Amino acid sequence: MRLRALLLALCLATPIFGTPVFAVQPDEILSDPALEARARDLSQGLRCLVCRNENIDDSNAELARDLRLLVRERLVAGDTDQEALDFIVARYGEYVLLNPTSGGANLILWIAGPAMLLGGLGLAAVYLRRRRSASDAGTAKLTPEEQARLNEILND
Amino acid sequence: MIVELGHFALILALAVALVQSTVPLVGAHKRWQGWMAVAEPAALTQLLLIGFSFAALTYAFVTSDFSVRLVVLNSHTLKPLIYKISGVWGNHEGSLLLWVLILALFGACAAAFGQNLPPTLRARVLAVQGMIGVAFLAFLLFTSNPFLRLAEPPFDGEDLNPLLQDPGLAFHPPFLYLGYVGLSMAFSFAVAALIEGRVDAAWGRWVRPWTLAAWIFLTIGIALGSWWAYYELGWGGFWFWDPVENASFMPWLISAALLHSAIVVEKREALKSWTILLAILAFGFSLIGTFIVRSGVITSVHAFANDPERGVFILLILGIFMGGALTLFAARASAMEAKGVFSMVSRESALVLNNLLLAVACFVVFIGTIWPLVAELVWGRKLSVGAPFFNAAFTPFMVVIAMAMPLGAVLPWKRAQLGKGMASLWGALALSVALGALIFALQTGRSALGPVGAALGAWVVFGAFSELWLRTGRGGIGARIGRIGRLPRADWGKAVSHAGLGVTVFAVAAINAWQVEDIRVVQESESFPLGKYSVTLADVREMQGPNYMTTMAAMEVRDGDRLIATLHPEKRIYPVAAMPTTEAGIDYGITRDLYLVIGDPQANGGWAVRSYIKPFANWIWGGAILMALGGALSLSDRRYRVAAGARHKVSAVPAE
Repeated sequence: MRLRALLLALCLATPIFGTPVFAVQPDEILSDPALEARARDLSQGLRCLVCRNENIDDSNAELARDLRLLVRERLVAGDTDQEALDFIVARYGEYVLLNPTSGGANLILWIAGPAMLLGGLGLAAVYLRRRRSASDAGTAKLTPEEQARLNEILND
Repeated sequence: MIVELGHFALILALAVALVQSTVPLVGAHKRWQGWMAVAEPAALTQLLLIGFSFAALTYAFVTSDFSVRLVVLNSHTLKPLIYKISGVWGNHEGSLLLWVLILALFGACAAAFGQNLPPTLRARVLAVQGMIGVAFLAFLLFTSNPFLRLAEPPFDGEDLNPLLQDPGLAFHPPFLYLGYVGLSMAFSFAVAALIEGRVDAAWGRWVRPWTLAAWIFLTIGIALGSWWAYYELGWGGFWFWDPVENASFMPWLISAALLHSAIVVEKREALKSWTILLAILAFGFSLIGTFIVRSGVITSVHAFANDPERGVFILLILGIFMGGALTLFAARASAMEAKGVFSMVSRESALVLNNLLLAVACFVVFIGTIWPLVAELVWGRKLSVGAPFFNAAFTPFMVVIAMAMPLGAVLPWKRAQLGKGMASLWGALALSVALGALIFALQTGRSALGPVGAALGAWVVFGAFSELWLRTGRGGIGARIGRIGRLPRADWGKAVSHAGLGVTVFAVAAINAWQVEDIRVVQESESFPLGKYSVTLADVREMQGPNYMTTMAAMEVRDGDRLIATLHPEKRIYPVAAMPTTEAGIDYGITRDLYLVIGDPQANGGWAVRSYIKPFANWIWGGAILMALGGALSLSDRRYRVAAGARHKVSAVPAE
C-alpha cells in the first residue's frame, strides 16, 4: 500500500504534469447537483491513465482533471452514463474502465467466483456423504475376530 | 568495516542455512540423533548471523554512511532518526533483509520452543524452514545485495520517499512481514507432516499457534497500512484493491481459513488433508504477494523494484516450493486418513462452509488481481480490474460469512440441529433487525446500505456475545455472570475476534453510506457549513519543517457557538525528493471524524478546501484491533501454555 503513494507522488512531482492540482477542483463542479452526482459516480469507475491504480475522481494528475472535465462535458451535452463511458472508451481504450466489461473472455473473470463456490459446495457435499456412508459401513461390519470378541463380552 | 562484517555474516548465514536444510533431513530419515540435533543450533546461529547483518545495515543508516549505495538512495542527514531507522526496510534490499531476519526469528523460536515436538518432526520442520532460508538468502545475496559500496561516496543522500516518513508506515512493513513469514511455519509443519506421513490432533495443536500469530500480525499490518492511507493520501480512502493490498489480503483470507480448519484437526481429527493444503497455499500466497510486490509484473503503483531478474528469481522460488509441496501433497495426502465423523449440520460442516467461503473470496481476489496480466498475455487485451469489480464480486461472500457466522459458531460438534442453534440467537437477531429498522427510520437518505450494514454488523457482534453467554451453561443470571469471566480465553478470543469483524463490517457500510463531502473555494476568515458544523478558514501560513517546507492552514470547527477543534491541514514539499504531500487535518471522534484538506491557492483569491465528515471511520480499524486482540487472547489460552506441544497419544483402545 505504501508504494501506491510512490507513483501517486510521482504523478504530482513529474514536471510534465505542471503544478500539482487537487483531485476534484471547486471550479469543475457542475451547478446541477444531479448531473454532478452522476459525473462523480462515473469518475470513480474510470482509471487515471498516468497514475495506474487510481480513479480519476481521487487523482491529482492533470490528465485526470482533463478526463473529469470531459465526463462532465458529455453529461452536460445530454449523454446517458453509458454513452459517456462509450465515448471515453472509444478514445482511451478498455484500459480506462476500472470495472471490466463482462463481454468475451471477461465472462470467465466474473463467473469464476460463483462457479468455484458451487463446485466447492458440490465437492463438500459429496465428501460428507461419502464419509458418512464409509463410516456407516465401517460400523456395520466387524471383522470375525472383533465379532468373536464382541460375543465373548456379551456372553460374559 | 562493520558493513563488510554484516555482508560476511549474511554469506555465513547462507552456508548455515544450507547445512540446516540438509543434515537434519537426512538424520530424520535415518534416525540418526546427532544429525537431527544439528537443526537447533543451526537455526539459532542463523538468527544471530542475520541479526548481526541487520544491525550492521541499521548502523550504516543511522550513521549516514554514504559509501553504501543503499543508504545514499534512501537516506539523508537531515532526516529524523526514527525515519533513518525505518529507512532500513523502506526499500527493496533492506525489506528483504528484514524478511530473512524474521524468517530466522521464527526458525529460532521453533527450535527454542519446539522441545516437546517428536524429534523427527522437529528436525524436518527446521530443515524445511532452512530451505526457505536458503532460497531467500540466495535471492538477497545474488540479486539484491544491500551492502554494496560506492567508489565515490556523495556528500548527502537522496532521501527516503517522504510518504514513507510517517509513523504509521514505519511499522506497517515489519508487521506484514511477520505475518507473511509466520505462515512459513505453517508451511514447514505441513511439509514435515507430509514427509512423516501422519497428521494427528497434536499436529493441529502445534500448527495453530503459529498460524494464529501470523494472522494477528497480518491483521495489524493490513490495518496499519489502511489507516495510513486514510490519513495520508488526502481523501480518506482506506482500501483501494491495489494489487499490493490484495497481495497482503489473500494470505490473510487463507490463513483465516487455516485457523478454523486447524481447529477441526485438533478437536475432531477431520479435514486433515484440506488443512495441509491450506497451510501450503497460505504460504504460497505470501510468496505470490512477495512476487507481485517485488517483480512489478502486475502494473501497480507499488512496483518499485521493476526488475525482471528479481521477478524471475522469485517466480523460481515460488515454483520450486509450491511445486514441491503440492507434489508431495498429491503423493501423501491419501495417507491422512480422517477419523472424526460428522453430519451435514454440525460445527464441522459450519467450519467447512467458512473455509469454502474464505477460500473462494481469496480466489476472487486472486483472479481479479492477475486478470489484467492473463488478458494481456492470452488475448492481447489491455484492461483494468479495479475497485468496482472487487466490490461487486468479493463483498457478497463476506456478507454470507457474516450472516452464517453467529449460527455456525453455536452449533455443537458432530451432530447439530439448526433450530436448537437458532434458539439461543433469536434475541441477537431481533435486536439487530430492530437496530437496522430504527436506523432506516432515522436516516434522511434513501440508501439501504447503512441500515443493512448496521443490522449485519450488530448480528455478528450480538451473536458473538450470545454464544459467550450460552457457554456459561444453566443456572441463575448471577451465577452465569460469575462464570463468564472464567470461560477459557479461547472462547473469549473467538467472541472478541468475531465481534471485531462485525464492527468492521458495520463501519465500512457506515462510511460508504453516510459520508458527507464538501469541495469549495474559501477565502481567509470565511466560514462555511459542513453537516451540522461550521468551519472557518482562520489563516494560511508558510512554515519550515526539519526536511520540508509546508503551507499550513488553521481551520476552526464549531458546533453552534462552541469551538470543537482547530485543525491544521498542510501541504508539504520535500525539496530533496522534490515531492509534495498532503497532511489532512483530522479531528478524531467516536461517531465521526472531521477530515479537512487544504488545496491550491486560487487565481482570484482564496483556497480550494475539501472537507469531509467520515462517520464511524475509527471503527474500521477498531474492528481490526478487536480481531487481533481476540487472536491474542486465543493464543494465550491455557491449552497452548500448558500443553504446548504435549504429545497426545491416540490410543487404539477406547478409554472406557
